[in-house]
Amino acid sequence: MDALYIFASVGLWAAILRIATPLIFGTLGALMSERAGVLNLGIEGIMTFGAMIGWLTVYHGGDLWLGLLAAAVAGGVFGILHALLTVPLGLSQHVTGLGITLFASSLSYFIFRLCVPVSGTPPTIVPFQVLHIPGLSDLPFVGEAVFRQTAPTYLAVILALVLAYVLARTPLGLAIRLVGENPHAAESQGLDPIRIRIGAIIFGSSLMGLGGAFLTLSAFNSFFPTMVQGRGWVSIALVVFASWRPERALLGALLFALFDAYQLRLQQIVGKAVPYQVFLMIPYLMSIAALLVMARRARVPQALMQPFRRGER
Amino acid sequence: MMRLERRPDIPLSLALSAPIGAVVVSLALAGILIAAAGAPVWEAYQRLFLGAFGSRLAVTETLTRTTPLILTGLAAAVAFRARLWNIGGEGQFYVGALAAAALGSEAGLQLPGYALVPVLMIAGAIAGAILLLVPLLLRLRFGVDEVVTTLLLNFVAVLFVSMMIEGPVKDPMAFGWPQSVPIVGDAILPKLVLRSRLHIGLLVGIGLAILTWIVQSRTVFGLESRAAGLNPRAAAFAGVSLKRILMTIACISGGFAGLAGAIEVMGVKGYVTTDLSPGFGYTGIVVAMLAELHPVGVIVAALFVATLFVGADGMSRALGVPSFIADVIVSLSLLTMLVALFLSNFRIRR
Amino acid sequence: MTGSGVVLRLDAITKRFGSLVANDDVTLELHQGELLALLGENGAGKTTLMNILFGHYTADSGSVTAFGRLLPPGHPRAAIAAGIGMVHQHFALAGNLSVIENIIAGTERMFRWRSDQSKARAKLAEISDRFGLRVDPDARVGDLSVGERQRVEILKSLYRDARILILDEPTAVLTHQEAEKLYETLRAMAQKGLSLIFISHKLHEVLAAADRVTVLRGGKVVAERRAGDTSKDELAELMIGRRVARPVRDKREPGPVVMQATATSIVAGGTAKLSDISFELHAGETLGIIGVSGNGQATLGQLVCGLARPTSGRFELLGQAVVSPSPRRFVSAGIGRIPEDRNANGAVGEMSVWENAVLERIRSPRFSVAGLVRRAAGRTFAQTIIDRFDVRGGGPDTPIRLLSGGNMQKLILGRSLETTPRILIAAQPTRGLDEGAVAAVHEEILAARRAGAAVLLISEDLDEILELADRVQAIVKGRLSPSVPIGDADPRRLGLMMAGVWQEAA
Repeated sequence: MDALYIFASVGLWAAILRIATPLIFGTLGALMSERAGVLNLGIEGIMTFGAMIGWLTVYHGGDLWLGLLAAAVAGGVFGILHALLTVPLGLSQHVTGLGITLFASSLSYFIFRLCVPVSGTPPTIVPFQVLHIPGLSDLPFVGEAVFRQTAPTYLAVILALVLAYVLARTPLGLAIRLVGENPHAAESQGLDPIRIRIGAIIFGSSLMGLGGAFLTLSAFNSFFPTMVQGRGWVSIALVVFASWRPERALLGALLFALFDAYQLRLQQIVGKAVPYQVFLMIPYLMSIAALLVMARRARVPQALMQPFRRGER
Repeated sequence: MMRLERRPDIPLSLALSAPIGAVVVSLALAGILIAAAGAPVWEAYQRLFLGAFGSRLAVTETLTRTTPLILTGLAAAVAFRARLWNIGGEGQFYVGALAAAALGSEAGLQLPGYALVPVLMIAGAIAGAILLLVPLLLRLRFGVDEVVTTLLLNFVAVLFVSMMIEGPVKDPMAFGWPQSVPIVGDAILPKLVLRSRLHIGLLVGIGLAILTWIVQSRTVFGLESRAAGLNPRAAAFAGVSLKRILMTIACISGGFAGLAGAIEVMGVKGYVTTDLSPGFGYTGIVVAMLAELHPVGVIVAALFVATLFVGADGMSRALGVPSFIADVIVSLSLLTMLVALFLSNFRIRR
Repeated sequence: MTGSGVVLRLDAITKRFGSLVANDDVTLELHQGELLALLGENGAGKTTLMNILFGHYTADSGSVTAFGRLLPPGHPRAAIAAGIGMVHQHFALAGNLSVIENIIAGTERMFRWRSDQSKARAKLAEISDRFGLRVDPDARVGDLSVGERQRVEILKSLYRDARILILDEPTAVLTHQEAEKLYETLRAMAQKGLSLIFISHKLHEVLAAADRVTVLRGGKVVAERRAGDTSKDELAELMIGRRVARPVRDKREPGPVVMQATATSIVAGGTAKLSDISFELHAGETLGIIGVSGNGQATLGQLVCGLARPTSGRFELLGQAVVSPSPRRFVSAGIGRIPEDRNANGAVGEMSVWENAVLERIRSPRFSVAGLVRRAAGRTFAQTIIDRFDVRGGGPDTPIRLLSGGNMQKLILGRSLETTPRILIAAQPTRGLDEGAVAAVHEEILAARRAGAAVLLISEDLDEILELADRVQAIVKGRLSPSVPIGDADPRRLGLMMAGVWQEAA
């Protein structure tokens, strides 16, 4: 009974959006890049770097929004690196992405260690506070469950809906989709697949940076290595689960967060009977399960991971 | 307008200059960071070199670090050649370590010393292989891309190890620290150099690298798996069973990574913790790429990476540059290596 | 129609790729309302020329003028803006997107909050009506037939107000009848004032459809003729530049049946790839399987090469039912196999010539012992093939990707024929080869038949089938027609058979 009772607690529902936010950013970032045909496995490292640089900006007296901006810009810079290597040079997207992840994470640790000396308790900042929306936030239950989030969470949700619209309904979205499906077709329509791909990767990478920054500027208030904890890889899995559609990415991230929030609370009820590691494994196993379910069903962008060279077909 | 043209043939000198060029560029770029940290760049690199080779102890430490990197490097090199994207070396390392630690403890296998060491090594390899066979089967059966699954399984594997060392194989004498019970004396690998940590695992790694090279270049399996990696459709047309090749490759690749974990336990630590590996699995990918996936090249590349890690500690102590600089150089050299490989494969024409 | 203003002029175009001169001082004019054929062999420089015209490539020298205005080189956008449309041989379409999406992509200003689909639909409907090119705008392109996809390609250009249309080998993927219909449409378009160029190497099409023919050979314009003033023979000689001695097939009595399919079907991924096919292959004869590509040839090739197992029905090899096929078993039973796509299936480009020569029989004691490769034996085998089949461009240790298409094909043919097979499977054996290589490959196939081998020739080239086959069956949507002796077959009848009309054809 206790296990079911969890669903009635406001805390669970409020936690869902909080847990989902970095995943929404990350999944949207990976999705935009993949829609244009490029896999970006740099995500884990870019999120780590975003978390670090966002926190560092605020720690050194910057505004919280400036921290987010710094994370987005830094993400974009790594995006440029990934884009240059994979698009004009056409290098392996797998290996390049992993290289970016290793590079961005080690650089984050290096810079963090350089700027913040080792100490017993990690230094903290004052993170984003709950944004009170008059009317909505005061609603019974729903207000507490949904409308008492920090600003970046609302931003993530709005972004998902905007991107869904952009991809489906605007000329830009169509161009991105066409490049991801068949860059030669795009070229014959006078579009420039190389520029569109580079643009999509840079944009996606800055979203990844935002996802990382949410961790240090809203979910927690300090930075520590390995804090991204595979959220980037989970995002990559969620893109497949979402069939490369932003609105489903939002849904997938929320669903995922529901399970995660639930298991955290279940853990407290079950206590010592089940080792806590089992619960911690769940998100990763769930991601694999999500891949399994969707692997054959999802409509993969046909040119995903295929380098494009002008004139070669 | 510039055009890229594929070189008809890559001369050996060019093949060798790619990794050297990549490393030089990476060191130069990392020099900027060292300077930003307020240290003199040239002296920093001198310190780094001395830290790795400046004394007998330093040399043995560097070679001790090289050992697992040879094996995880081979794991990646073998798999990548067959286009099996095994990014799960880290997880396979841990389950291999756990298998060796659990079976090598007092409560484990009751075997005489000469049998125990090889059996534990094989156990580690089998554990690693199984962890890679799972994502491979998911790919063959359901079409799930193994990159993401092997990555995700790294986290699962480490959590599993954590669960075990806080549960069934927890060392009660460790003052509550989460670590496994130590392995018995018979399971400890003999030292290669007295009064050092260097053990015979290094020879195992080098021997396996050479063996891998012979298998790849001289045997039917080597020829078939090379064909399967380069052009799966043509290989299948010629009667090569892709499934069988991939399964075998997965066993070898996962086995190498698992063996790396087992040897690290048996040669260095004597027990398992969740910080046994400072990213040996991931670094193995860099090692493999720097070696251009050549098994003998892996030995050299592993030595280079180990030099950076051991040397950076010395540099860090002397000059206060965060030792993460080693990770930065290693990851940078992966990216520069990719570019260098590209440049050696193509030439630019106007 | 002709004689009116020049709408397009290519002036002294030269283009080199390394040491190869793809276009050598080519000058070409297109008049308003004209249907011009650009005729030439593979490698004559037709496609390169059109890619320069459209801005995919930049010429080393020379210029392109459309409607009196000079086009800046290397800008497809400028070509589109000048009213030039190009229909590629390999369609440039996105299968997962709808027809309308494929058509309007790139036509609107990129940063707008809404794409105006209703206006686009109206315009598309108007164009469809005017030129008789009907297609459902909301259909997913991946669900359309090949002919419909080609219509979408043409509509894409017309939607952008193209007044000059270039079609690269437009009939390569069409049946005889579909092709005729296409040319009718093109003629109608010319009559309505559009100017068209189509690239082809099929003489009869060029003669039947075009107003004027420009012949390209070795990158140069060698002749220009009005279609009415020339003949098939003249064009053939202009195109090839010499008379190629065609190998001649002699009469032979067929021997016993060596391969037989009886109501064989193959279902893969829930769809029937082959349905109830039946054929008999006799020793010493050549059975031709003709069909437009994409009608099940790939699966048929897999069946006869030992790569696919029949889902139902019977498939016999040398009198024995095939239960668990494998390429190695087929090879050791004496089947020589030439795959449909030599680069994708026939060779591992990065591996050496000798490794490619022995790969399919690497486990035989001749080439390996106790799991170790006998490299010397492999090299000798490769050298024998190189000598006997006149493979040029490298030795046993050369990476095979460095060989030209024709030489690679000779090596693949050689590795099958060197061991005197009882059955030779040849799938599209001359696709993409130049005339000289085609003759060499044909000669070897005829020689194998003369030596008593049974030959199964899968081809989409009418002339090839007519030249080599003793009997012919058509493959249409995974079904096989009854067999017709080659003496009773002519292009018209084969065309009908390829369209699936078997009864009327009989």
